[in-house]
Amino acid sequence: LSSVPQTIARPASPLAGLRFRHAREEGIRGVLALCALVSVLTTGAIIYMLLRESLPFFAVVRLSEFFLGTEWAPLFEPARFGVLPLVVGTLQITLGAALIAIPFGLASGIYLSEYASPRLRSMLKPLLEVLAGIPTIVYGYFALTFITPYIVKRLFPSADVFNAAAGAIVVGIMVLPLIASLCDDAFRAVPESLRHAAYAMGATKLEVSLQVVLPAALSGVFAAFILALSRAVGETMAVTLAAGATPNMNWSPLHSIQTLTAFIVQVAQGEAQHGEIAYQSIFAVALLLFAITLTMNFIAHKVLKRFREVYD
Amino acid sequence: MSAVQTDIIRAKPHASPNVRFRKGRAGVVGIIFGAMTWFAVLLLAVLIWRVLADGLPYLKRHFITNFASYKAAKAGIKAALAGSAWMLGCTALISIPLGVGAAIYLQEYARKNKLNRFIEVNISNLAGVPSIVYGLLGLTTFVYLLHLGRSVIAAALTMSLLILPVIITASREALKAVPDSIRHGAFALGATRWEVVRNHVLPAALPGILTGVILSLSRALGEAAPMVLIAALSIRSVPKGLGDSFTVLPIQIFNWASRPKEEFQHLAAAGIIVLLIFLLVMNSLAVYIRYHTEKKYKW
Repeated sequence: LSSVPQTIARPASPLAGLRFRHAREEGIRGVLALCALVSVLTTGAIIYMLLRESLPFFAVVRLSEFFLGTEWAPLFEPARFGVLPLVVGTLQITLGAALIAIPFGLASGIYLSEYASPRLRSMLKPLLEVLAGIPTIVYGYFALTFITPYIVKRLFPSADVFNAAAGAIVVGIMVLPLIASLCDDAFRAVPESLRHAAYAMGATKLEVSLQVVLPAALSGVFAAFILALSRAVGETMAVTLAAGATPNMNWSPLHSIQTLTAFIVQVAQGEAQHGEIAYQSIFAVALLLFAITLTMNFIAHKVLKRFREVYD
Repeated sequence: MSAVQTDIIRAKPHASPNVRFRKGRAGVVGIIFGAMTWFAVLLLAVLIWRVLADGLPYLKRHFITNFASYKAAKAGIKAALAGSAWMLGCTALISIPLGVGAAIYLQEYARKNKLNRFIEVNISNLAGVPSIVYGLLGLTTFVYLLHLGRSVIAAALTMSLLILPVIITASREALKAVPDSIRHGAFALGATRWEVVRNHVLPAALPGILTGVILSLSRALGEAAPMVLIAALSIRSVPKGLGDSFTVLPIQIFNWASRPKEEFQHLAAAGIIVLLIFLLVMNSLAVYIRYHTEKKYKW
């Protein structure tokens, strides 16, 4: 008992300790906040550098030529800067990938969440994660050495060595696990009570899956599609290796094309010097790419927020 | 009364054709969905089989110890291995403190105000930016503006920015999983916020954070697109410092794969095998950590 008043009688040191602790707290808080601000700085830097490097480009090339021109040849004389061929190439890859990834991804999502037993699920999920974790360069190799010679060329002997079909197929395979896993998450967020109610009314498993669970999870499914397509738009290495470097407006998937991303790689590998128009043109292309993917991600998040069914 | 009962009894053994059709359809479509899921797994198997068949004959000791060469029989990945190790090590040193720090701020400190909402939305947007755009950011900012050149440090800074959103998101999930009772207990004993985080929340969340960090570093190891702009396409030396030029494994693979000669494509396959082995080790480590902590903590 006698020891208690003694500690109270010396107030100076605990107070000093408290002040020190308080100062330290504020300092640490500041440092941590700076870490979080790095992400904002990154966004700012991305937008700043894209604008700064592409503004000189747009001072020379008119916007109408860039967006409406049908010839893209920045490395030739006379140079042409119509971005539409690159956009067509990117669209071919993206739509082709969607044709593969959406049905397979959606079916896998439904199977994982509604049909598979917990044991099977715990086996399939990691396998799909492995598929999603394989570097894109490996997919590019797979497209070039397997999909083109053994699938595309077998079916269509006239196909080019580099062709849009192989690129689209391999990008489809690449984003398939993303769709499957996001759809699976969306389906599993639908409460069991809805399923039980449907089963009690005599619905079959398929009817429960397609007529009850799918509509309830539709916002998540749509968001998954859009996110996967935005990934396909930004995909670089696989399409560079598989689909070639020939910008053109030809919609035939058997020919060599060039995507927005593949053009950036082509110029980066070449000799274009800092300050040249060819160097600046990759920033104009990157700005367009950035705007497209940002818009798609924005739509995906809006869809998720706006149309989500909330269950309690 | 009796008429109704016989009706029910008769209905049971002969389900109406409609019900039989619906049940049959459900079964058939289920099998189709299952087959489509397994098709993805089959593709994975074909991919790995192709890479092994092409690359294994080229995977000899000198493949690891030699530099790249125009003679396929002598070419190796020494420079790429060393470059990848340097790049990954530096990326880890930069991105882990930044990412975990940002996650702690957002999860433990930040109030729900406009600035912090903005930071959160911003991070989720950054995760969707194509990796080639990060390469351009690194090229303009680190290589040219800061005069770092096409060096290890410029690559590590670029890669750090690329994986930061992934580290932050994973670390936040791990911090979120720590129950509030632990924080309340520590606060009640007079701990400051930092003491609560450092002594109680962080240790409990560490396995989850570690898993996220390893997975994002494995992404950095396999990422080629931004490195196309910063790494050297072919190089015959090992970096000795942060300012040296370098190449990484995915770029060496890209270089070989894009040559028309079949020998070089097989070299690319051998490089892919090495890359996949490293990724497998890292992912197994992450799974091991996740598995072992799920058993240890029960809240």
